[in-house]
Amino acid sequence: METLYAVTVGVLTACSVFLILRGRSFPIVIGITMLSYAVNLFLFSSGRLAIDQLPLIGHSETYTDPLPQALVLTAIVIGFAMTAYSIILAVRVRGEIGSDEVNEPDHSDSEGSR
Amino acid sequence: MNLAAIVLLPFFGALLPLMLRHKTRIWITSSAALVTLASLTLLLLSAPETLGGGIPTLMVPWLPDLGLHFAMRLDGLSLLFAGLILGIGILIVIYAHYYLSSRDDSPRFFAYLLLFMGSMLGIVTADNLILMWLFWELTSISSFLLIGYWFQQSNARRGARMALAVTGGGGLALLAGILLIGNIAGSYQLDAVFAAADQIREHEFYLPALLLVLLGAFTKSAQFPFQFWLPHAMAAPTPVSAYLHSATMVKAGIFLMARLFPVLGGTPEWFIIVTLTGLATLLFGAYFALLKTDLKGLLAFSTISHLGLITMLLGLGSRGALLAAIFHILNHATFKAGLFMIAGIIDHETGSRDMRKLSGLRKAMPFTMVLAVITSAAMAGLPLFNGFLSKEMFFTESYQQDLFGGLSWLVPVLATLGGMLSVAYSIRFVHDVFFQEPAKDLPKEPHEPPLMMRAPVIVLASLCILVGVAPMLMVSGLLEPALAAVSGAAGQIDIAIWHGFNIPLLMSAFAIAGGIAIYIGRDELFTFNRQFDHHDAKEIFASVVKRTTTLSDALMLRIETGSLQRYIAALLVISLVFVIPELVKIKALTGDRPQLPVDFISMIGAVALILAAFGTAIFHRQRLTSLMMLSVVGLLVSLVFIRFSAADLAMTQLVVEVVSILLMILALFFMPQRIPRASSGRRVARDVLLAGFVGGIVGTLNYALLTRPANTISDFFLANSVPGGGGTNVVNVILVDFRGFDTLGEITVLAIAAAGIHKLLNNLRPFMPSSDVDGRPWHSTTHPLLVQVVAQTILSLALMVSVYIFLRGHNLPGGGFIAGLVTAAAMILQYMANGVDWVKNRFDYNYQTLTSVGVMIAFFTGIGSWVFNHNYLTSAFTYVEWPIVGKFELATAILFDLGVYLTVIGATLMILANFGQMTTRHRPRQEGH
Repeated sequence: METLYAVTVGVLTACSVFLILRGRSFPIVIGITMLSYAVNLFLFSSGRLAIDQLPLIGHSETYTDPLPQALVLTAIVIGFAMTAYSIILAVRVRGEIGSDEVNEPDHSDSEGSR
Repeated sequence: MNLAAIVLLPFFGALLPLMLRHKTRIWITSSAALVTLASLTLLLLSAPETLGGGIPTLMVPWLPDLGLHFAMRLDGLSLLFAGLILGIGILIVIYAHYYLSSRDDSPRFFAYLLLFMGSMLGIVTADNLILMWLFWELTSISSFLLIGYWFQQSNARRGARMALAVTGGGGLALLAGILLIGNIAGSYQLDAVFAAADQIREHEFYLPALLLVLLGAFTKSAQFPFQFWLPHAMAAPTPVSAYLHSATMVKAGIFLMARLFPVLGGTPEWFIIVTLTGLATLLFGAYFALLKTDLKGLLAFSTISHLGLITMLLGLGSRGALLAAIFHILNHATFKAGLFMIAGIIDHETGSRDMRKLSGLRKAMPFTMVLAVITSAAMAGLPLFNGFLSKEMFFTESYQQDLFGGLSWLVPVLATLGGMLSVAYSIRFVHDVFFQEPAKDLPKEPHEPPLMMRAPVIVLASLCILVGVAPMLMVSGLLEPALAAVSGAAGQIDIAIWHGFNIPLLMSAFAIAGGIAIYIGRDELFTFNRQFDHHDAKEIFASVVKRTTTLSDALMLRIETGSLQRYIAALLVISLVFVIPELVKIKALTGDRPQLPVDFISMIGAVALILAAFGTAIFHRQRLTSLMMLSVVGLLVSLVFIRFSAADLAMTQLVVEVVSILLMILALFFMPQRIPRASSGRRVARDVLLAGFVGGIVGTLNYALLTRPANTISDFFLANSVPGGGGTNVVNVILVDFRGFDTLGEITVLAIAAAGIHKLLNNLRPFMPSSDVDGRPWHSTTHPLLVQVVAQTILSLALMVSVYIFLRGHNLPGGGFIAGLVTAAAMILQYMANGVDWVKNRFDYNYQTLTSVGVMIAFFTGIGSWVFNHNYLTSAFTYVEWPIVGKFELATAILFDLGVYLTVIGATLMILANFGQMTTRHRPRQEGH
C-alpha cells in the first residue's frame, strides 16, 4: 500500500511539474492546483498510513496521528486561496495584455499564438 | 559610557550644522567646533587612566549570537589616534570656516566632516573586530561624501567613486579576514583575539587571513599597488585633503596593521609582505612627488611615500621600529596637515596651485612662507624638527635589520634614497613657490590670509618645532602606552636628539646632501621622465570598471533571459542537485515499518488517480477536458483521505474541490479555450524529463518516509483533547484550541488573499467572448428552471447541514472550515442557478464586512482569555442540557470556530461572487463598490 501511495504522489507531482513548465497561464494554474494536492498528500502521509483509526476519542483502540491532518486541513483552504488568486491574476493579465502567455509574445520560448 | 559618548557625539552632532542651516556661517562652524571640542574634552577626561597604564573599556552586547558587541576600549594606541583625530579635527573645522566660500554649502560640509570624524573614532576605539569593520566601512562612505563634496565637478565625482571602490573593496576583504581570525580565536573581542595570537599564527588559515587583512589595510592606506586612488581624492576641498590624508582616513590602514600587529605580526610572511610593500610605496611615492607640478599632487604623493615608510617600519616589527612607526604617525600628521593647509592658503589667495606658475611669493606672504619652511623642514627630516627624529629612527632600524641575509645592505641604501627624494620635494615645495622672481600672471593678487586661517597652521608648525626640540617632554607620555598596546609589552622609551656620530647620522647627511643635489639637477630628471608614457590611473580604472560592467551585463543577459519557464526549470534543477546527494546517502530505501497490504479497491482508486493526473497533463491544450480531469484528481484525493482515516480532510477536500473547479470554469470563460499549437518537441522532451525526475524524487522520498517508524508529538494532543479541550475530534481541537493561533494566522491569510482578489477585479476589463471557441453563440436560457428549483430547495438543506457540521465539529468530523465551505458552495449555487440580481434582491450582504467580522470574532475570542488571566486563546468549556438535542458541550472554542466559519464564507464568496459578477452590471468598477 505504501508503494502505491508513494507512486501516486510521485505521478501527481510529475504531472503538475510538467504543467507548471508550460508557457500559458491556465495550464500553470491547473498545475499549481494539482501540485498542492500532491503536497497535501505528502504532508498528510507524514503521519503514516492507517486504516480505520479516525482521530476521534472513543472511536477506536488506536488513533492515527491527528497533527498532520490539522495542518493539511488548513493547507487545503490556503491552497484554495492561492489557486483563486493565481487564476484571477491570470484573468487580469489576459484582460490587460490580451494574451495568456507568461513570456513576451515574441520570445523564443513562447508557445503558438491564440 | 564616556567612551561611547566620545564616538557617538560626532554622529549626533552631525545634525547640528544641518539644523542651524538658516543661521549665519559662524553659528554653523561653531556648532561643529563645539561638538568636536565636547568629544575632545571627554577624551581628555578618560586619558589619565590610559596614560597611567589602565585600559578603560565599555561593553554593551549587541548581537551576542554573532559575537558582535558594542565594545569600546581606550588603550594607548586608541588614545594616540583619537587625540590626532579630534585635535587636528578642531583645527580643520576652524580652517574650513575660512576656506569655504559663501557659495559652498557649509552645513553639509560640516555634517559630513563630523560623520567622518565619528567613524574614525569608532575604528580606533572599537574593542570588537566586527564593530571596527563597521566603522571602517562608515569611513569609506563618509570619505566618499567628503571627496565628492563639490559634486558638480566631474573629477570630484570620479575621485570619490574611485576612492569608494578601492577602499570599499578592501573593506570587504578585511571583513573576510576578520571573520577568519574570529573563527580561529573563537571571539571577535580584541582581548580574546590577542590571547589567541599564537594559535592564529600557527593556524593553516593564517596566510589567507593575513592577506585579506593586509588587502584592507593597503587599499585604505594607499600602499603600492593600490596607491592610485589617493591623488584623485585631491579633488576634495583642501580642508578635507588635509584631514583625510594627514591624520585620519589613510592612517586607518596603518592603525589596523598596528592594532593587529600582536596577532598577525612577527612572522616571516608578515615581514616580507609588509616591509617590501612599504619600501616600494616609499620610493614610488617619493619619486612621483618630485615630478608633480600641482602643490596638492606633490603632497598627495609625499603622503603615499610617508605611509610607505610607516608601513615598512611596522613590517620590520622590532621594538624600535614600532616606536618609530608610532612616532612618525604623530609627526607626519602634524606637518602634513600643516602643509596641506598651506597649499590651501596659497590656492585660496593666489587662485593657483601650479608650481610652474607660482613663484616668489615670499614678498606677498612672508608669514605663510615661514610656516611653509618649518613644516617642509619637518617633512624633509631636518634636525631640530620632529620629522628628523622619526626619520633618524627609521634609518637606524633599516640599518640594524639583517632580515634579507646577504642582501640586507640594500634596505638602508634604498631608505637613504627615499630620504633624498623626500628632501628634494620638500625643497621644491618651498623654493618653487616662495623664491625666485615673483609671478606675474596669477589669477588673484597674492596677499596674506586672515590670521585665523593661519592659526591652525601656526599651532601645527609650533608642534613640529617643540616635538623636535624636546621630544621626551612633549610626547613620551603619549607614546609609551601606545607602544605598549602595539608591542604587547610596557616599558620605558628614550628619544634623544643627539646620538653621537654614527651610521644613521651619516645616512641623514647623505639624504640632505643628495636631496639638494637632486633638486638642483631636477630639470634633467624631468626630461628623463618625459621619455616614459605614463598611463593615467584614472583611465585604467575607468576601463577596468567598464570591462567589468560589460562582462556582468553579458552574464546577466545569459542568465536572465526573461523566460519564466526557464527560471522555474532552473529552480527545479537546483533543488534536484541538492536533494539527490542526500538521497544517495540513505542506506536502504525501505524502512523497518510494517507495510499495509494492498487491497483491490485501493488499487482501482490509485490507478484512476494516476490516469486522471496523466490526463490532466496530456490534454492541457484542451482546457475544459484538462479541468474535468483535474476535478477527478481532486475527488479521488478526497477518497484517499477518507481511506486513511482522515474524515475531516476528506470533507474539506470535497467542498474545496467543488468551489475551485467552479471558479476555474468561470475563469475559463475569460481565457482562451484551447492552445492551438504545441510546444516544440525538444521543449516537451526537456519538460517531461525534468518532471519525471522531480516526480521520481518526491515519490522516493515519500516511500522512504512512509516505511519508516513515525516519531510523533501527537500523543499529547490525543491525551489532552477531551480533558483539556473538551472535544473528541482531535483534529478540530488542534485547530481551534491547541494550535488556535496558527489557525488565526491562516484565516487572516485567507482574508488577505480574498481582499487581494477583490482589488484585482476592480476596474478589470476582461476579455469576454460572445461565442464559444467554435463560433457557436451562448445558449439563450441563462437560468434553467429545473436548476433554479433544485438549487432553491437545496439551499435550506445545505444551510441546515452546515449548521449541523459546524456544531458537531468539536466531537465528530466537521467544524468551521467545512461548514463555511458548505454554506459558501450553497450560496454560489444560488448565484449560478438564479443569477446575480436574484441573489442581490434577497441577500445583499457585503462579503468584505463578513470576512472582517469573522477574523475579528476569532481574534477577540483569543483576547477574551486575557480577561480571565489566561494566555491568548485559552479555551474554556462546559456541558449544558439542550431541549431536544440533549447534552451538549459549550466551549469558547466554538466562538473561535464561528470566526473561522464566517471568514471562510466571506472570503469564498468575496472571491467567487465578485468574479461571477464580472459579466453582469454589478461588476466591480470603482474603489469601495
